Amino acid sequence: MSAPATRRLTRRVSWETLLAILLVAAIAAGGILNPDFLSAANWTNLLANFVEIALMALPLCLIVIAKEIDLSVASILGLSSALLGVLWQARVPMPIAILLCLLAGALAGAMNGYLIVRFGLPSLAVTIGTLGLYRGLAFVLLGDQAIADFPPEYTEFGYGVVPFTFLPTPFALFLLLAAVFWVLVHHTAFGRSLYAIGGNQTAARFSGININRTKMQLFVASGIISALAGIIFTFRFASARADNGTGFELSAVAAVLLGGVTVQGGKGTVVGVVLSLLLIGVINNALTLVDVSNEILTIVTGSLVIFSVLLPNFIATAREKLRVLARQRQSATPPSPSRQSS
Amino acid sequence: MMKETTDNSGAQWLRVLLNSREISLLILLAALVLITTALNPRFLSAQSIKDLLLNVSIIALLTIGQSIVILMRQIDLSISSIVGITAFMSGTIFVNHPGTPTVVVIGVSMLAGLLLGGLNAALIVWGRIPALITTLGTLYIFRGANYAWVHGRQINAADIPSTFLSIGTSVFLGIPILTWIVLLLLVFFSISLRQYRGGREYYAIGSNPNAAILAGINVNRRVATGFLLSGMIAGLAGALWLARFGTVDATAGTGIELQVITSTVVGGVAITGGVGTVAGAALGALLMSVFSSTLVFLRVPSFWQQAFQGAMLLVAIALDAYMAHRHAERLRVKRSHV
Repeated sequence: MSAPATRRLTRRVSWETLLAILLVAAIAAGGILNPDFLSAANWTNLLANFVEIALMALPLCLIVIAKEIDLSVASILGLSSALLGVLWQARVPMPIAILLCLLAGALAGAMNGYLIVRFGLPSLAVTIGTLGLYRGLAFVLLGDQAIADFPPEYTEFGYGVVPFTFLPTPFALFLLLAAVFWVLVHHTAFGRSLYAIGGNQTAARFSGININRTKMQLFVASGIISALAGIIFTFRFASARADNGTGFELSAVAAVLLGGVTVQGGKGTVVGVVLSLLLIGVINNALTLVDVSNEILTIVTGSLVIFSVLLPNFIATAREKLRVLARQRQSATPPSPSRQSS
Repeated sequence: MMKETTDNSGAQWLRVLLNSREISLLILLAALVLITTALNPRFLSAQSIKDLLLNVSIIALLTIGQSIVILMRQIDLSISSIVGITAFMSGTIFVNHPGTPTVVVIGVSMLAGLLLGGLNAALIVWGRIPALITTLGTLYIFRGANYAWVHGRQINAADIPSTFLSIGTSVFLGIPILTWIVLLLLVFFSISLRQYRGGREYYAIGSNPNAAILAGINVNRRVATGFLLSGMIAGLAGALWLARFGTVDATAGTGIELQVITSTVVGGVAITGGVGTVAGAALGALLMSVFSSTLVFLRVPSFWQQAFQGAMLLVAIALDAYMAHRHAERLRVKRSHV
């Protein structure tokens, strides 16, 4: 019988393995479509291009595991970029300006967390509101001007590479943070509590998890890292603008969902999210190399968001049908003792 | 409900008043108009009222569809992109087939909106993807498709017949035709949501989805209908957008989803579902619009608008949550005294 065999197969092939296979396939396809794709210079470019989105996706992954969402990440990026520009223009020393930007990000995240935790509001509604509010504040700070005269030693950090490698410096920072988040999620009690909250919040509360504090920490972390992404974006393009990173929240959400984190909460891994980030980066880069326009890339990203939820739903439905079929077949024939024990 | 013996009938009257979102919105609106007029008498000139009504009409129209969707605890972020596509499509019809009757163009635009809404509905109901994810995706997919199709072109007012443009410019009984259309639809949807079974089902689903299923409501069909309606209304709004502005490019309507959602929630349609009216949502749109003009009249830089809108949305949902909490508290106290 082939049905149980395929079922065993689908159960064994994890989402992460699937992503890794897709990633290898996408890299191979990219190399075939355009030989330049595999050059070190292109990979530097590829990795640098999605580093801000990758950074924001890390805390977002944790937030979605805990069954919340943060749509304000790209607006915090813009706010931090605008603030950095204004502070630099006011001749504030750069280290202090950077610290103030991170602090502003922490405050923005804390405000999200406070509204969600204290008032019990849905994070979707709150972060749609702050998406408008923080982006608006960015415009209030900087208007439609751009500030570009950042010192070269900082912009160098934005677009430079780690010595002797093709890895962009900010991407190395991302790898470091991804490792930290991996340990945090998969090897600490805090990480386990996220799955508990996402799986069943009431049960998590009764098992003694401080849900409010955990959520607050998540949104503050999201704010700080989004602000960091804003600083990197500003240095990478040597330009502080209020509309920097508009729409990046879609790509961040796309990466998290494609990474196997479900919107129903309680599921997903950091490795999956990192793989899906690489996959999205590779697809975007390969398509750009063969002259696919930005508009089409937007359509691709939007479709990825939808398909990354549609596909698991479809698989789950198919599995359920197979199970029902198997049960019917089983009840038609007298049950064997080994079957009953399972 | 108000049987409890009260020491002060005046206070109770006030409480009834304040518990009705529509009345508190009207009071707020009146206060705002009075203050702004006192500061700048031109605020109440015929021209500025007409501008205000034109500005609010399309947003108010879109709040109807959004209200129906939010009543069921869903959300439709894709409306602004549907408006963009259908606005440009309506213009293209006039460019390619001059002399097409206005009614046909509006009909085709609504049909296109219906189809796009149908895509949302299919993904949400059959694909079982949460509405937030679906419409966040289609917000960008539709806009991307629009950019790819428009390809830098632009529809100019000169390409549009004056009969069509007059929807956005002429006035009947002192009120723009555009506003009349929206008012008519508001009355229609107010009645059907209030008096008819189909309308009540939206509230039932939002109040308690499980109870709605047990009560025999076909939840899937209702949710699908909601997104179809939202799409169709956005299609109508697209045609009216063209009539109002005449000039349309690929960016038409970008970002108005935030404005519509804010207006709807400020108007008393709770984001948690089951509460609110389309009339309230339209009043919310009017209030937000008056607020915006007040800022303009008070010479506040336009950069403040978006920040202000986001803040209003936060205040409105926090207020809703507070009121719901107090209501629940009061019910519990009452029950414990029986």
